[in-house]
Amino acid sequence: MEKIDRRQFIKLGIYTTAGVLVGSFFAFAKNDDKIEVKSYDDLLKFDWGYVIDTSKCIGCGACVRACKIENGVSEEYFRTWVERYEIRKDGKVWVDSPKGASESFKQNDYPDSTEIGKAFFVPKLCNHCYNSACTQVCPVGASFESTDKVVLIDKKRCVGCGYCVQACPYGCRYIDEEKGTADKCTFCYHRIHKGLPPACVNACPRNARIYGNLKDPESKIRKILNQRRYGTLKTDLGTNPKCYYIELDMEIK
Amino acid sequence: MDTGQSFVFPNELHITWTVMIVLYPYITGMVAGAFIVSSFYHVFGMEKLKPIARYALVSSLAFLLFATVPLLNHLGKPDRALNIIVTPNFNSAMSGFGFIYMFYMLIVILEVWFSYRVDLIEKYNNSKGIIKTIYYVIILGNTYDNEITRKYDRRFVTVLAGFGIPVACVLHGYVGFLFGSIKANLWWSTPLMFIIFIFSAIVSGLAVLIFLYQFVHWKRKLKVNQDSLDLMAKWLWGFMIIAVVLELMEVLSIAYERTERWAILEQLISGKLKFSYVYMQIGLFSIVPFLMLTVTSLIKINIKLKNFLIWLSSGMLLMQVLLMRWNVVIGGQLVSKSMRGFTEYFPGYFNKEGIIVSFLIILIPFLLLRGFDKLFPFFEKKEKLDKVK
Repeated sequence: MEKIDRRQFIKLGIYTTAGVLVGSFFAFAKNDDKIEVKSYDDLLKFDWGYVIDTSKCIGCGACVRACKIENGVSEEYFRTWVERYEIRKDGKVWVDSPKGASESFKQNDYPDSTEIGKAFFVPKLCNHCYNSACTQVCPVGASFESTDKVVLIDKKRCVGCGYCVQACPYGCRYIDEEKGTADKCTFCYHRIHKGLPPACVNACPRNARIYGNLKDPESKIRKILNQRRYGTLKTDLGTNPKCYYIELDMEIK
Repeated sequence: MDTGQSFVFPNELHITWTVMIVLYPYITGMVAGAFIVSSFYHVFGMEKLKPIARYALVSSLAFLLFATVPLLNHLGKPDRALNIIVTPNFNSAMSGFGFIYMFYMLIVILEVWFSYRVDLIEKYNNSKGIIKTIYYVIILGNTYDNEITRKYDRRFVTVLAGFGIPVACVLHGYVGFLFGSIKANLWWSTPLMFIIFIFSAIVSGLAVLIFLYQFVHWKRKLKVNQDSLDLMAKWLWGFMIIAVVLELMEVLSIAYERTERWAILEQLISGKLKFSYVYMQIGLFSIVPFLMLTVTSLIKINIKLKNFLIWLSSGMLLMQVLLMRWNVVIGGQLVSKSMRGFTEYFPGYFNKEGIIVSFLIILIPFLLLRGFDKLFPFFEKKEKLDKVK
């Protein structure tokens, strides 16, 4: 076998690394749905949904930070947050989400933490329910469902009564005290229609957050939902949420 | 599920509906209750209530004029408050608010006007200068006063009062419905809520009338109409029994069902609400007035003592209803929707929605009522003849 000299070896190494980097960039690129919205009819082709793979989340909180920066969310409130579940061997459950996990997690002071049987992280955000309680109760019609099935708030119309905050069973809404109006996750509506993923999806290093068009049978999200077992939160309330959780544990509320 | 530790969703650290939303149903409760009492006379012809019918009606108006103040103070965007009428979303229970409120206001104002038309004409005739002009505007320039007009006035009042009863029930029952229909809230979500609200409204309406009636008569050294007072006290006794039993039955049915939510509500009742609900609302401010009113209603005792007990009971029941509003509105928000813990709430003293402002908001309708007495005298002149010498 022909011996390669040092220079050739380094060259090969650089090419290989670059190849892997560029290749992985395409392989793991998150905006797999090509998007072009020019008219109202184009919007009808979309039904935005979200998948959360609880088995992948590592609780780094990058999504929470990305969301806060992208959407200018105040420090006290959260459009998205991550919960940590620690289930002890005797069945006791410890759940926490310090500062919504915006500073990730530190080891907690849970007594007998050595006795933890299993633990996992669960990202939460607005479920953009098909039958959303928040849009039902908004007295002025400021909370509404867009044509492409995203629950949004018209900030110029909202009176800040807080009825929607009460109605949301998931604690996803809050009154932005500075603006006096309700606020919540929009799936980064300003990004998704440019073909860009929501900030949280973009920031997730583990692809635990997946978004996409539920109406497109070829979309990544539709394929996942066709293959995996999943659940949604508080199904008994009939809100019909659109955030689908892979490996949803019964302790997750 | 084991809730060995308290967890709330990060957005639940601050509660959304503050003490202002406690005051709103409290004030509308008194509005609806006082109106219904005035209708007992106007519609059902309970002659014994005649001496307080007009005063009840004016009280209702005074409270009604201020009912929206706590709401406006609470809204994030009070300048957009009229959106609720301009762009209502009729899927929302709250969107009906503006219309029901305005309709009810119209009924109460018209009823007050017809009730006091004769008095206002008399005042117009006896006054001079700018005051005369003001009265002229209030009576809409109509100075006719004879048997026929009086007969029509009475007829209008009866019809308006008749319409007013269902509208008063709707106004307040609807507030209960706003809470009871929130499926996301474990403590509120019960179809009993609006019924409880209607009965507690009648209790607070009766209580505030009795309380003020006795207070005003004591202050002005007038003799109370014992028949009216006894009847109102008995009504108060009856309605408070129904209201409190309903409140307890609601909790009992949740407890007995033992669904998932009871696990956390049990902790709410025995923890965060132990003082304000168990000890205060049910213990001190329901059982004690119940016992006192039982005595005044069933046993013959010294009139002075009896009237004092009635007055004290009515004051305590006013507190009971306020506590009930607090325990419902605030209590419901203390429970996390994660069903794993509780949040904290203290309104603060000097905040925009704090304790000082709350006291002012409660106080102003009473001051307004005092002012109304000048314009719409509560009690018939004949009573003044009974002045204690």
